[in-house]
Amino acid sequence: MKTGALLIRTPEGIVFSQSLAGPVTRFLAWFVDFLCISILTSTIGTLLGVLRLISANIAGTAFTLGYFIISIGYGILLEWTWRGQTIGKKMLRLRVIDVEGMRLQFDQVMTRNLLRFVDMLPAFYFVGGLACLLNRNCQRLGDIAANTVVIRTPTLEEPDLDQLLTGKFNSLRQYPHLAARLRQRVSPAEIATALQAIIRRNDFEPAARVNLFEQLAAHFRSKVNFPREATDGISDEQYLRNLVDVVMGRSVAGMG
Amino acid sequence: LIIDLQRFISSERPSWNNLDTMLRRLEAEPNLRLNLEDLERFHDLYEHAAADLAKLTTFSSEPETRRYLENLVARAYGEIHETREKRRRISPLKWFFRTFPQTFRRHVRVFYFSLAVTLTGCAFGSLATGFDPDSRRVTMPFGHDQLRPSERVKEEETRAEDLLAGHRSSFSASLITHNIQVSIFTFALGMTWGIGTIFMLFYNGIALGAISADYIGDGQTKFLLGWLLPHGVVEIPAILIAGQAGLLLALALIGWGERVSMTTRLREVSRDVMNLSFGFALLLVWAGFVEAFLSQYHEPIVPYEAKITFGAIELALLCLYLSKSGQ
Repeated sequence: MKTGALLIRTPEGIVFSQSLAGPVTRFLAWFVDFLCISILTSTIGTLLGVLRLISANIAGTAFTLGYFIISIGYGILLEWTWRGQTIGKKMLRLRVIDVEGMRLQFDQVMTRNLLRFVDMLPAFYFVGGLACLLNRNCQRLGDIAANTVVIRTPTLEEPDLDQLLTGKFNSLRQYPHLAARLRQRVSPAEIATALQAIIRRNDFEPAARVNLFEQLAAHFRSKVNFPREATDGISDEQYLRNLVDVVMGRSVAGMG
Repeated sequence: LIIDLQRFISSERPSWNNLDTMLRRLEAEPNLRLNLEDLERFHDLYEHAAADLAKLTTFSSEPETRRYLENLVARAYGEIHETREKRRRISPLKWFFRTFPQTFRRHVRVFYFSLAVTLTGCAFGSLATGFDPDSRRVTMPFGHDQLRPSERVKEEETRAEDLLAGHRSSFSASLITHNIQVSIFTFALGMTWGIGTIFMLFYNGIALGAISADYIGDGQTKFLLGWLLPHGVVEIPAILIAGQAGLLLALALIGWGERVSMTTRLREVSRDVMNLSFGFALLLVWAGFVEAFLSQYHEPIVPYEAKITFGAIELALLCLYLSKSGQ
């Protein structure tokens, strides 16, 4: 069954997932690479135009070999030196990795690139695209032979939850019995939604931000009704920050 | 159950940062070998991060941190659990005199199968030309069906001008790139459970057999040998090796009687397939060079005996190289 994720279970029993890239994103990455190869070869062609004035034979030889080496070597060289990425893959945030999460080897890079000859058939990667659609891990034939997959690599930044805490007086903390009731009534999914809204608050349009926090605050108010003196005078956004702080910041299962 | 996420992150962050720093070092310098102390520390940090990921996956509702940790654990996992030999600096001479011929011999039975398919194609092509001369239109490539061998020989031997003059090296480059492309294609078709590879080998055999039968039947054996041997004794084995690589891939894909998974089987042949691919490409560079600079010249410019002798020496050296080198 296709899940869009590659799950790898380590011998220690830890499972981690990698998001698999779909055929359309991969095709777009290939198209960028195709443009890069075209630009490179046409640049070489222009440069060799000068050499042609001296010797058409040498210029012809250099162009034939240059075109061949670039078209075959582009993917091999870049995926090897950039650890599974080409220019197109970098732009589309994709990366080739080993299907079992091991270190990518040169023979894998080479095999998957040489097998493009079959994946490209009859045109525009039809065979590869079809294989990708049918395969559980979205692998083209070259990937199957090389034991590789292409994953999405979103920008990962070190988690910073400093912004979460109010750092100020939290009026909800004055009511520990209500805070405890809130923890009982709020599901992890609900608190995750609130947390994500706070973390991504600067990504929203102002009107959408106000509307979202209004709806979320109303939802949580319906769970536990704190006294008016605890909630009066604070915005919906601040109410939610206080609420997440109460639920997550002072909870029962401290770790680490 | 919801964990104290902020406390958890702030207490674990130094350990994650250390792991990230070590990983960046390892990724930037693939040849780096950690000393025992660093290795132990790296392992500890990995296990720590993996345990943190397990806790976070179980308890937390915060996807950003989980993704960050997953990425960290995934990168470290590859470094820790990789058992294949770490890449070393490439030694072309060692590869040429040991790795490639050893790889070839390790799978020589697959090569023999590749040879058998081509010879079957040759027999088919020869018989087709013998019994049905009209079949030359479909069995002979590159316009060989347009001219009787004796006519071509006469034309070649009486030609005053050098057709390749001024573009001999570009012709050689075209031959090299074309032959390598065809060979890569033959190899890559191994992914069709070997059917495509067998078809390519058989088709090559048909063309070779048909042309040979045509020239021999027309009394032009000497010309044929002088024309084909200098480059053919290297080019044809190179294509057979491409077939060997493709069939090796196919065998790993099919896995007759094997108990291990397809992933493991493919992983086992991956490096050998790469070595064979480099090998056939290298042989084809030599064959393309010889074809452009020697094979296309006939008597009276180059005596056939000299070309045949050259071809025979090449074949003997190739056999010696593939069978003995690196033993």
